[in-house]
Amino acid sequence: MRAKRTLFEKIWDAHLVAQPRGRSPIIYIDLHLVHEVTSPQAFDGLRVAGRKVRQPSRTVATVDHNIPTEPRGTPITDLIAAKQIAALQANCKEFDVRLFDMDSPEQGIVHVIGPELGLTQPGMTIVCGDSHTSTHGAFGALAFGIGTSEVEHVLATQCLAQQTPKTMKIDVRGRLADGVSAKDLALGIIGQIGADGATGHVIEYAGEAVRGLSMEGRMTLCNMSIEAGARAGMVAPDETTFAYVEGKRFAPRDGDWEKAVEYWRSLRTDEGAAFDKLVEIDAAQLCPFVTWGTNPGMVAPVTGRVPEVSSLKDADRRATELALRYMGIEPGRRIEDICVDRVFIGSCTNSRLEDLRAAARVAKGHHVSAKVRAMVVPGSQTVKRAAEQEGLHQIFLDAGFEWRESGCSMCLGMNPDILQPGERCASTSNRNFEGRQGRGGRTHLVSPMMAAAAAITGHFTDIRNWRFQ
Amino acid sequence: MKPFGVHRGRVVPLDRVNVDTDQIIPKQFLKRVERTGFGQFLFYDWRFDAEGKKNADFVLDEPRYEGASILVAGKNFGCGSSREHAVWALADFGFRAVISSSFADIFANNSTKNGFLTVRLSDSEVAELMHRARDVNDYQLTIDLEHCEVRDDQGFAAKFPIDEFVRHCLFNGLDDIGLTLQHEVDIAAYEALHLTPSALHARRP
Ligand code: SF4
Repeated sequence: MRAKRTLFEKIWDAHLVAQPRGRSPIIYIDLHLVHEVTSPQAFDGLRVAGRKVRQPSRTVATVDHNIPTEPRGTPITDLIAAKQIAALQANCKEFDVRLFDMDSPEQGIVHVIGPELGLTQPGMTIVCGDSHTSTHGAFGALAFGIGTSEVEHVLATQCLAQQTPKTMKIDVRGRLADGVSAKDLALGIIGQIGADGATGHVIEYAGEAVRGLSMEGRMTLCNMSIEAGARAGMVAPDETTFAYVEGKRFAPRDGDWEKAVEYWRSLRTDEGAAFDKLVEIDAAQLCPFVTWGTNPGMVAPVTGRVPEVSSLKDADRRATELALRYMGIEPGRRIEDICVDRVFIGSCTNSRLEDLRAAARVAKGHHVSAKVRAMVVPGSQTVKRAAEQEGLHQIFLDAGFEWRESGCSMCLGMNPDILQPGERCASTSNRNFEGRQGRGGRTHLVSPMMAAAAAITGHFTDIRNWRFQ
Repeated sequence: MKPFGVHRGRVVPLDRVNVDTDQIIPKQFLKRVERTGFGQFLFYDWRFDAEGKKNADFVLDEPRYEGASILVAGKNFGCGSSREHAVWALADFGFRAVISSSFADIFANNSTKNGFLTVRLSDSEVAELMHRARDVNDYQLTIDLEHCEVRDDQGFAAKFPIDEFVRHCLFNGLDDIGLTLQHEVDIAAYEALHLTPSALHARRP
């Protein structure tokens, strides 16, 4: 073991079960989150091999990707989706796995409910058959997405054989200005290092700006790590973390709590520990961002323009041309001149209470443009209830936003919430890939405040000049 | 898992970078609960128009590339969603390997679990193969996992890096879960020291 270790190395070392010679290390998985889309084939594999779920109590499932955001109880008209949900229900029953089902008061997007229930805790290893599992790294956990074969592997063994990833530190100097959110920080980072800038690495986010983020903000930031190609993203736990976790349903209690916190305080990178890669970000240079292309690295300041293709090198030029053609935008266009048809506020990136508060603050006293259809989809039933208690739903409804039930919704449009071909959407989600929100749909990624402002004005607007009412 | 030894096959060039798994297999096809039958939906939105008619100029469907089993593509192939369906679709369509200058981690991981090879070559080597696949009729490559080498009949040969254990598993078609379960004693010992928190044991809802 090295004398000076990074946060990642401390968690990795603490979970090593075996290091077979000439093979990948085997690490223990503390928490396995499961959803309906990437699990059916894994449970099937268990059945075929006659295996059981090794640790049902460390396995927690929910339905989020497929479910409609219409009022609960509305029958699911998509029969294949219904079958997939039924398969998860049957699998959880057969293998004795805890399921937060459709009608559960705690149902929600898997990466929203894990933290909310206190399942997600510092120092844990957490996996899920979902790339945005990186979200949970906000707590100082090592959390990463896996494929279905690995889901089966974890179900059967509670372990994973993993090559040791490399480490990257992203040091964010200075503080974020008003109107510049965690989402903008994430987009700014990806814009700087590229959509594959962190491939093979686990990122640790550090620096004053990161310390200053709430847990929601840290989750947004870690969530987007995968969009830079990172294996995982993490933030060392601190008082902000402990305050968030304390009292949550599955959090340690009583004497266990003090012991846990004492251990969690040791989860920080030692002074002088080495990273494989270092990136510095100057928070003062950041502003509200808008993506203009078909991957999250294609991003520009709201005050800027879409690139001129002629200014680019060959390799980038072709990708940019393809992206702009798909997006239906001419090179050099001012970002603020881009009009939208739809607005989506939701997804595991930006559907937590703080995100909805930020969007509501913008929406208050205004009205959605007549040309825009805007919807707000809380990340979970718990978020939805809390927002309603504060009256946020009323602000949205008064302003002409739709207020819907929780789920992934138009982040990937596996349920009926999709863009029509050619429609342009300001979205608080995490991926602007071709067709992600519906075939032919055009996605621009932004923060919740920026999305709400776009809904009202009908085009992108610098939130720093907003007239809050 | 099907072992991967030496494979020779026709090459199709997909000259795009950052090909994400949403393109490889769009979400509307993720609702199946089986591992099979995804090949018909591979690159669906690029191969078919909105009415489901074949888009004649998508490279995969050019007659000269019919039956190709090796895909050459730009960097950061397989980025985005963790969906293993992407690998299932490529394999089901008839591919045995993708060659690129870089792969997204989860995609690369998923590939190895399915006897599917991700071959990493340098940017210039990938560009060269892209050209050859375009210029040479019925361009074929041999991927030799024993020697970690890619070669053709026109003098191209390049070594590719691969983790030795991953190579061993692919080469022998080994089942990962079985290998981990050989460490049952270690897992049980770990679990004895790290008990499941009591909160998780409480009665399930
Ligand atoms: S909200 Fe979007 S990114 Fe997040 S888990 Fe759901 S589909 Fe995936």
